[in-house]
Parts: sequence; structure tokens; C-alpha cells
Amino acid sequence: MERIHLGLIDAAILVVYFAFVLGIGFVLKRYMRSSSDFFLSGRLIPAWIAGLAFLSANLGAQEVIGMAASGAKYGIMTSHFYWVGAIPAMVFVAVFMMPFYYGSRARSVPEYLKLRFDEKTRALNAVTFAVMTIFSSGISMYAMALLLNLLLGWDFNLSVWLSAGIVLLYISLGGLTSAIYNEVMQFFLIVAGFAPLVFLGMRDVGGWSGLQARLAEVATSESYAAGALTNSWKFMGSASENPMGVGWFALLMGLGFVLSFGYWCTDFLVVQRAMAAESMPAARRTPLVAAVPKMLFPFLVILPGMIAIALTQRHGASGFSLPTKPDGSPNYDLVIPMMLGHYFPSGILGLGLTALMASFMSGMAGNVTAFNTVWTYDIYEGYLRPNASDATLLWMGRAATVVGIAISVAAAYFAAHFNNIMDLLQLVFAFVNAPLFATFLLGMFWRRTTGHGAFFGLVSGIVAAALHHGLTQPRGTVTIAKGGWLGQVLHLYPSEMAQNFWTAIFAWTTCFLITIAVSLVTRQQKSDAQLAGLVSSLTLRPDEQGPWLTQPRTLGALVLFLVLILNLIFW
Amino acid sequence: MRYFDLRLPLGWLFVVLGLLLAIAGLATPPPADTRSLAININLCWGGVMVAFGLLCLWLARREARRRKN
Repeated sequence: MERIHLGLIDAAILVVYFAFVLGIGFVLKRYMRSSSDFFLSGRLIPAWIAGLAFLSANLGAQEVIGMAASGAKYGIMTSHFYWVGAIPAMVFVAVFMMPFYYGSRARSVPEYLKLRFDEKTRALNAVTFAVMTIFSSGISMYAMALLLNLLLGWDFNLSVWLSAGIVLLYISLGGLTSAIYNEVMQFFLIVAGFAPLVFLGMRDVGGWSGLQARLAEVATSESYAAGALTNSWKFMGSASENPMGVGWFALLMGLGFVLSFGYWCTDFLVVQRAMAAESMPAARRTPLVAAVPKMLFPFLVILPGMIAIALTQRHGASGFSLPTKPDGSPNYDLVIPMMLGHYFPSGILGLGLTALMASFMSGMAGNVTAFNTVWTYDIYEGYLRPNASDATLLWMGRAATVVGIAISVAAAYFAAHFNNIMDLLQLVFAFVNAPLFATFLLGMFWRRTTGHGAFFGLVSGIVAAALHHGLTQPRGTVTIAKGGWLGQVLHLYPSEMAQNFWTAIFAWTTCFLITIAVSLVTRQQKSDAQLAGLVSSLTLRPDEQGPWLTQPRTLGALVLFLVLILNLIFW
Repeated sequence: MRYFDLRLPLGWLFVVLGLLLAIAGLATPPPADTRSLAININLCWGGVMVAFGLLCLWLARREARRRKN
């Protein structure tokens, strides 16, 4: 493919951006006096900043590139990952769970598990989470360096070390605050970089009606109904009618319930942003603030994919088409970079690339800050040196940042050489994550849940996920990373996505049932006084001052109403 | 101790980047070819970004004054 050439002005834009990123870190250094400043921003962050960071920490380059690729593959149905697979969970965590996270004064999600259950549940969560964050940040670093190499001809090593170095500097200087401030700047840059791309693309394709007409041709050529790529729900009746190969039940339960609530409600990477908020009302508004731009993001990241495939089918005035892989299929992962290179002249091209780099760094910084906190509070202070002084913890936070990023870099190189092992690793992470929400749901809303129940429920949920994956396969695959590795295939799914959703459903249900069963036969070790503030029935409802219009419940209902409207518009 | 207002660096970043884009737009008007659809996207978007940056700076200043009083 043709390489993109950067002009002087593009380079200038990148340099200005990096200068601001590092500048923020340097200015914030003097605010970092205690471990709580470094890991929790001293709980001083206003709701709007925490909210945008909550959104941005999840907005890594893989998300942006992956969603555009899915937009090209599945059309507007990809919006389910936002309107079904994110918004309801974000409202739930804000309204129902934040009172316990923030109110318990736990400093991390594993620490909440320790207060609510016991040490072994915390240890399981802390260790798996720490390993996952470090590897995910390495994998995204690898993906980014690969892309920059392909696109701009940048050296792989240079991309890895440069980006790792910048993230390292601004986090070790300014801690979580530095990460959060930069995430908010990155959010605005991503919008500024991609909005003009969507504008030009939509003009080229002839607006929404032009896009629909062209995508109807794409859909029929793949022997789906004409509207299969431009209707989000109409063809969800059965898995064979839509390009995703998923039916409505698997979508609602697997994605909309298990996976989405498991991520947005229990992943410390996002929850940490809300924990840093300045007050309980601010913490509860954090996910709601994030939900509003989140529901509009499909227009920014999915539309480019749909436009790219529509223009490949029938060229617009600009003559854009997507490059193909050696086997002749379109290379979906190149949607965003190709469109940037095609539509943007020098100048705004620099802005678009800056947005891409920004999304990459915000995703990485999110992982790194979550890692250094869990490592320092839950593993170092929890098990290695329980009586460490606060100065030692602050020092350890900086050291963990350095070591964590070093391991990420190693993981990036590892991924470059052993792609398959990385796929397997991500699969194992998926098994670990799938049952988590059952544990939190029972822990927060059923006082009787015991530590043994939580721990054995989680373990059996993880095992159930692995077993289900080992005994099923998506149609037309042979590698063991896709399932069927237990020798016998009991069920064939129409697509990999359907298999993933069902794996999650099995894992969650197993964890839910086993946790209840074990809790009923084991004794509750925690007294009611210990559980106050951690469990719904033993916690005073947060006093909801102010007019009803600005309360989390009202705002949450409003967000859900808006998302319903979006679903109906694109039904 | 409160952190500095995020809207200050955010505002300045957008003003500087917007100006860079506007300069690029004025220096090299869009080529007549079809690629950027004959829109001077650098100049237009640069203007929008400067406006957004100034809005952030104005909000930050208003807040600072309010705190002082």
C-alpha cells in the first residue's frame, strides 16, 4: 500500500501535542505528595473531568481501529457494542454500585473485595488484573507500532520506545492526575481529529441515504437482505440473517448483560477514574457524564468503517477504496489510517495522526495507572510489606510504573514474535473476566454471600468458561485458539462472536449459582458492622440532596431514554 | 490543594493547533483535485478549534475570578 508522507506542519502538530502532554506531567509533579495523591488524585477530580477520563481510558487505539473495522464488516449493528454493550452498564454502576465503591473508601476494586469478602478473593482478582493490564498495554503498543510502521514507515523499535517513554514520563511525574488530565485532552483531540473525517466521508458518499444505497449493494452481494448493514435490530431475529452471526438473545444476555456489566462495573481501569472524584455525588455522576459522549461515539468510529466499505463497493467523487489482503478480502483494520491518508491534506493529517496516537496513549496510560495502584496497594502493601510507610508506597508507585511499562515493552516484542501465544493469553483473560459481575452483584446486594462462596464461585465460573470454549467451535475454523481443544465439539456456533457471548453467559451463570450454593453452606465470617457501607441492605442510602432533576437516578433514566431513541432511529 | 484548571492547557492546546491548521490552510489552498472535495478543511477546522480553545480559556478565567471573590 501507499505510504503516507508527513509534511512539516504535521510534524509540528505532533510535537506540540507531545510538549503539552509532558508539560502537564511536569506541572503536576509538585502536587504529588502522598500515595493518595499519586494513586487516587487525592480524590479531588470534578465530575466532568473524571467522566471524560472514564470514557477515554477505555478508548485505546485498538478500540478505535477495531470499531471502524467492525463497522466495515457488520455495519450499524456494531453500535450494539455501545448502545447495548456499554450505556446500560454505565448507568447501573453510577446509580447502584458507586455508593459502595466510593462510600467504602476502598482504594481499588481488589481492596473492595478484601473488605467485602476475604484475602483469597482479593488476591485472585489483584493478581489476574495486574497481569492482564500489563499484557493488554503491551499488545496495544505492538498494534500501534505495527500500524505506524505500515503507514508512515516508522521504525518498529522507535515507535515502541518513544510511546512507552512518553507515557512513562507523564505518569511517573504526575500519577493518576496526570493520566486523567491527559485522557481528557486526548478525548477532545480524538473528537477533533475524527469529526472532520466523518464529515468529508459522508459528503463523499452522498449522506446517509447515499450510504444506505451503497451498503444495500454490499449486503446483497454477501447474500443478506438489503438493509442488513444499515439496520441495527431488524435482522437480529436469527443468527443467520445478519453478518454478525448472532441472535438477539445471545446479544442481550452475552454482550448487553454479562460482558458489558462485567467490564464497566468491575474493571478497576475505569472504576478508578470514578474513585478519584471529589465527592460521592461527583463519583456517581462520573459514568453518567461518560455515557453521553459514549452513545455518540458510533458516529465517530463506526461510520468511517461503513463509509469505507460503501466507497469500495462503488467509488465516490474522491475515488477511495479499501486495500485488500493477499487473499483478496478487504483489510478492515486499515479503515481509519487509509481514510486519514486519503481525505486529509497536510495539516489536518497531522491532527488525525495525533488523534490516533492520543487514543493509543490514553489506553496505555489507563492500563499503567490501574496496574501501579493494584500492584502497590493490593500486592506490595497487601502481602509483601504490610507496614510500608506512605513515602515508600509513593516511591513504589513510581517504581511500579517503570517496571510495568518495561514489562509491557517486553510483551510488545513478545507479541511481535509469538502472535498465537498472545491470542491464547487474551482468551484466558476473557475467561477470567466473564464471571466477575456475578460476584459483585451478589456481594453488593445479598448480605449472606460469603468469602468462600465468592472465591469458589469465581473459580468455577472461570473453569466453566474454559470448558465451554473447549467443547464448542465457531463454524469453519480449525485453530485451537478458536475452541474445540478438548477433542470433542458438542456445539457449532454460527460465528466466533456468538461463541464468545455464550461462553460469557455460561461462565456468569455458573459463578452466580455456585456462589449462592457455597454461601448457603458456609458461615458468614464478617459481622454486620464490618459489612456496613459494602452491602446494600447495611448501607444508608446516600443522601440525595438537590432537586430531583439533577439526581443520579433521574440523569440515568434520561441517558437510557436517549439511547432508546438512538436504537429506534437506526432500528 | 486543588489542581490547576484543566481548561487552561486544553484551551491553549486547541488555540495553538487551530492556528497551525489555519496557517496550513492559508499557505496551501486545497488543490483542485477531488480528494478533499474542494473544501479548505484546514482553514475551516482550524477556525473551529481556535474558537473551542478560546471558549475553554474564557470559562477557566471566569471560574478563577469567581473563586477570587
